[in-house]
Amino acid sequence: MTDLQTFQPVLLEAVGVEQGHSLESYRSRGGYAPLEKLLAEKQPPEVVEMVKSSGLRGRGGAGFMTGLKWTFLPKDHPGPIYLCVNADESEPGTFNNRILMEDDPHQILEGTIISAYATRASTAYIYLRYEYPQSWKSLQAAIDEAYAAGYLGQNIKGSGFSLDIYLHRGAAAYICGEETGLIESLEGKRAWPRIKPPFPAIEGAFRKPTVVNNIETMACVAQIARRGVDWFRSIGVPADPNNPRDPGSYGPKLYCLSGHVEKPGCYEAPLGITARELIDGFGGGVWKGLRAKAVIPGGISMGLLSEAELDTPLDFAGPGKAGCLGLGTAAVVVIDETVSIVDFLHNSCRFFAHESCGQCTPCREGTSWSLRMLERIRAGKGRLKDLELLAEIGNTMGMMPGSTICGLADGAAWPIKNAIAKFRDEFEEYIKQSNPTGYMETDPVPALPILSAH
Amino acid sequence: MPTVIVDGQEIEIGADERLNCIEAARRAGVEIPHYCWHPGLSVVASCRMCLIQAGSRNAETGEVSMIPKLVPGCQTPVKDGTVIVTDSDLVRDSRARVEEALLIDHPIDCPICDKAGECLLQDYHFEHGQSERRADIHAFTSRRRDVGPTVTLFVDRCIMCTRCVRFTREVSGTAELMVSARGAKEEIDTFPGFPLENKLAGNVVDLCPVGALGDKDFLYQQRVWFLKKSANVCGGCSAGCSIVTEHNQDTVYRLKPRENPHVNKWWICDEGRYGWHHLHDPSRLVEAGRREADGFTAIEWADVVTQLRDDLKAAGRLAVAVSPQLTVEEAWMLCAVARSIDPEAFLAVGHVPTIGDDESFPGGFTIRGEKVPNRIGVETVLGLFGAVAEDGTVPGWNELLEQAQKDDVKAAWVTAGYPTPDGSWCDEQTAAAFDGLDCLVVQDLFDSPLSARAHWRLPAAGFAERAGTWVNCGHHAQSFEQAIRPPAGVWPEGRLFWNMLGRQGLYDPSGVRQQIAENSAAFAALAGDLPATGVDLRLQQLAPN
Repeated sequence: MTDLQTFQPVLLEAVGVEQGHSLESYRSRGGYAPLEKLLAEKQPPEVVEMVKSSGLRGRGGAGFMTGLKWTFLPKDHPGPIYLCVNADESEPGTFNNRILMEDDPHQILEGTIISAYATRASTAYIYLRYEYPQSWKSLQAAIDEAYAAGYLGQNIKGSGFSLDIYLHRGAAAYICGEETGLIESLEGKRAWPRIKPPFPAIEGAFRKPTVVNNIETMACVAQIARRGVDWFRSIGVPADPNNPRDPGSYGPKLYCLSGHVEKPGCYEAPLGITARELIDGFGGGVWKGLRAKAVIPGGISMGLLSEAELDTPLDFAGPGKAGCLGLGTAAVVVIDETVSIVDFLHNSCRFFAHESCGQCTPCREGTSWSLRMLERIRAGKGRLKDLELLAEIGNTMGMMPGSTICGLADGAAWPIKNAIAKFRDEFEEYIKQSNPTGYMETDPVPALPILSAH
Repeated sequence: MPTVIVDGQEIEIGADERLNCIEAARRAGVEIPHYCWHPGLSVVASCRMCLIQAGSRNAETGEVSMIPKLVPGCQTPVKDGTVIVTDSDLVRDSRARVEEALLIDHPIDCPICDKAGECLLQDYHFEHGQSERRADIHAFTSRRRDVGPTVTLFVDRCIMCTRCVRFTREVSGTAELMVSARGAKEEIDTFPGFPLENKLAGNVVDLCPVGALGDKDFLYQQRVWFLKKSANVCGGCSAGCSIVTEHNQDTVYRLKPRENPHVNKWWICDEGRYGWHHLHDPSRLVEAGRREADGFTAIEWADVVTQLRDDLKAAGRLAVAVSPQLTVEEAWMLCAVARSIDPEAFLAVGHVPTIGDDESFPGGFTIRGEKVPNRIGVETVLGLFGAVAEDGTVPGWNELLEQAQKDDVKAAWVTAGYPTPDGSWCDEQTAAAFDGLDCLVVQDLFDSPLSARAHWRLPAAGFAERAGTWVNCGHHAQSFEQAIRPPAGVWPEGRLFWNMLGRQGLYDPSGVRQQIAENSAAFAALAGDLPATGVDLRLQQLAPN
C-alpha cells in the first residue's frame, strides 16, 4: 500500500500546467519518448506481456484485466483489428475522462498508440460523449498535432507501424458506454447492446475483432510504458492470497469526488484509498459540518455505502464486500444527512428509466415500473408492500440473474437493492408518515394517472 | 449421435444439426415460450421469455454442471451432453415476471383486439403468468396508426420483440420499420415519408406475436376462433407457396403462409395473401349455360355430362386448352376425356399469363413472373398423352390458336379459370381466333371475350375450391385439400371430368393421383401419402426402382 503522503499524481501531472495540453508540454514532461523506444525495441506480444504483468485492470467500470482482454484477439487474424477507446463517460458523477481529455490529451493518444501497436490494430476510434465539446476540441487538436509530428499516420517514426485515429462523437445516450452498444452506435445503428458471445475480441466493430478500452486505461498504459511495470505494481492493493480469483488492484486511480463535500474535484490516489480518507483527506470533509448519510462508491449504478461503511477501501474488490456492485468508475458522490433517501432513489430510478435502451423486457419495464412506484410513494400513496416489489425488481433484473443482455439493469438494480436493504427504516417511516391511512394496504390500489416521468 | 437432456428426458439430435435450446426442447415435446425468436430471423434474445437453466453433462463422469444463472434458450446452442431445465421454480418465476412486465404497459383490450384467440401474450399469460396484477398503473390507451397501406399498428399493444423490424431488414430488405424513442416509451415506427410498402409487407402481421400489427384487409372481419384452416397452395404464381386458407361457412377471410422449407420458408407475398378476393366476386359465373338463339340457357350438370360429349363428338376434330390453373389430376382426366371423344384431339397448355420477371428478395424469397401455379404439371401430363411437338416441346396457347384457325378443327374446349374479374386475360383479337368453330366450350371463373363466343359456357372453381396437386416452377409437387365449397351451381372441373369419364361415386382426387403415379415415371413420386410440404418430382425419378 502506497503512503498517501508521498504519493505523487502522474495521470494528472498536466493539470495546472500552462499549455499542459500541448504536444510541446507533453514532450517536455517525458511524453512520446517511451512510445518511440517501445516501437523501436519491443514486439507487440512483448507490449501485451508488459501490460498483462502490470496487473492493469480496465478503468471503465468492470475492472477486467486489460492485458488479458488483448490476448483474446484471434492470433494471426488476416483482416483488420479495431481499437475502440470508450470516452462515452456518462455514469452520473464521473468526470475523470473529461479532465484527461481536456488537460492531457497526448497522454491518452500515446496510450492509444501503444495499445493499438500491442493489439496490431491499424485503426482506432475514440467514441466521445456528445456533451463534451471542449474534450472534442482538445482531442481533435491533439490528434492533428500528433499527425503533424509523425506519431500518427503511416509508418510511425520509421517503425513500419501505421495507425489512424478517428474521433467519433456520440449522440448522448448512456447505453453507448456499454462496449457493444458503443460498437453498434459506432456502426451507425441504434445502440442496442449485442448478445454475447461472440465477444468483441472475436467479432466487434464492423464484424471484426475489436478491443474496447476506457480513456483512463489508455492513460495508464502510457504511464506503464514510461515508468515501468514495477512502478505500477508498487501502487495499490496486491492480490488477496486467499482469493485465487482476485487479480489485485494496482496503479493510480482518478477518483471523482462530488456531492456534499467541501472541495469536490477529480483527485488521483492509489487504488485502495478508503472512502473516508478520500472525503476527509482530499475533499475537506462533508460540507457545512454535516455528517454523511450515504456515499455512492463509484457512480450511481454501484449502489450505496452507508456512513458506517465509509472505511471500505475503494479498490476493485472493496465496494463489493460492502454489498455494492463494484468500484465502477470510482465516482464518489457524498450524500449528506439532510437528503431523503427516497428522493435519492427516485432520482436514480428516473435516470435509469430514461436511459434503459428498451431492448430486454425486464430492464425496460422494471426500470419504468420502479420509477412509477417511487413517484407514487413520493405522492403520498406508498405502501409497505411496495418495498417488497421494489426489492424483487432489484433482485431479478440484470445480467447477474441472467435476465438481461447488458449490465445497465444491474446498475439500475443496485441502488434499489442497497437503498432498501441499508435504509429500510427510513423508507418505512416515510411511507407511514406520508400515507398514514393506507400504508398497510396490500390490495392493488386504483391506478394513478401517469406522472411525468422524464 | 449427440444427446441432449431436456427436463431429465434424453433425446438424440442429428450429428451435424445446429439447434438452439428452444428447438431441441421442442423435439422432446417441451415448449419453451418465446416472443422475439423466430427461426427465419436473426437472434436478438431480448424478450427474455425463453429464459431457462442450462448446463452440461460430463461424458465420462456423468456429472452435471449448470450455468449459475438463467440463459436465453434462443441464444444457447445445444451440443452433446447439454442439459436443459425448463420446469424449475427459478424458470417459472422468471416467466411469470416477464409476463407481468409485458402487461404493465399493455392495454389488455382483448375484447376488441383482433389477435385475441391466437395471441401469444394471452396463451403464455394463461400458462405462465400470475393471476394478480401487482402494478397499479394505468395502462396506455389503444393508440392506432397506420404504418403502411395494408398494415396498421396498435402502438401500445406492442411488446417490442422487433420481429417486424428484423423482417423488413433481413427478409424483404426494405428496412421501413424501426424502433423510436427509448426504454418503456419506445415504439415501432416508420421513417417519415417511407411507409411500410413492400411486396412482402403482410408477413409482419403474421410475425407479430401480439395484436400490435393488424392487417387492414382482415381487421374486424372475423373472430379467429370461428376460422377453419385448410392446407392449401397459393395459385398466384408459379412459386407455389404453401398457405393456410382460413375460412368460415364457405367464405375465405384470409390466407397465411404455411411453413415449407422447400418452397416458401415462412413467408408469402402480398399478391398471394390478398389474392383470394376474386373467389367471392359477385360477377363470378355460377351457372352452366348452353347457347341458344337468345343467349345462354341454364342447363343441369347431369345433362352437361352427356350432351357436351355428344356436341363435341358431332362437331369433329377437337382442340383442347388444358389450363395451367388445373391440378395434375384434373388435367389428366381432361386429357382422357378429350381423347375418348376424339382420339386425335389436339392438346395444348392453356394461356400462361406472365407479368415482368422473377423478383427475389434478400431473405431468399422469390415472386415469380409466371402467374399460374401448374404449368409444369400440365406440361408433364400432356407429355403422358403424347402431346409433344417434333422438337420435344409441349404445345402452348399460341399453337392452340393456330389450330383453332385451321379448317379441319371443328371444336375447341378451353379451360381457363383465371382470377381476372374483368376477363382481361383474353382480348377480342385473340378470342376471334375461335370464331369459325362449330362448338366452343369455355370453362372460366368470369366472363371474357372468349366466353362471349362460347357455345358452352361452364363455370370454373377457384383455387380454394378444388383439391389436387400442383407442380411449381421448381418441379416441387404439393397436394392440397379443398378449403371451401364453390358457389351453388358450380362444379369444380374435376367433378365434371370424373363424371364424363363415367366413373362412379364422388370425385376422388387422391385416387386419381395414385392412378397417375402408378402409370407414369414422371409422376412416380406422387404415389402414397405425400408429406404436407410436398415432394420434388425430379429427385424421386433419380431413385432406383
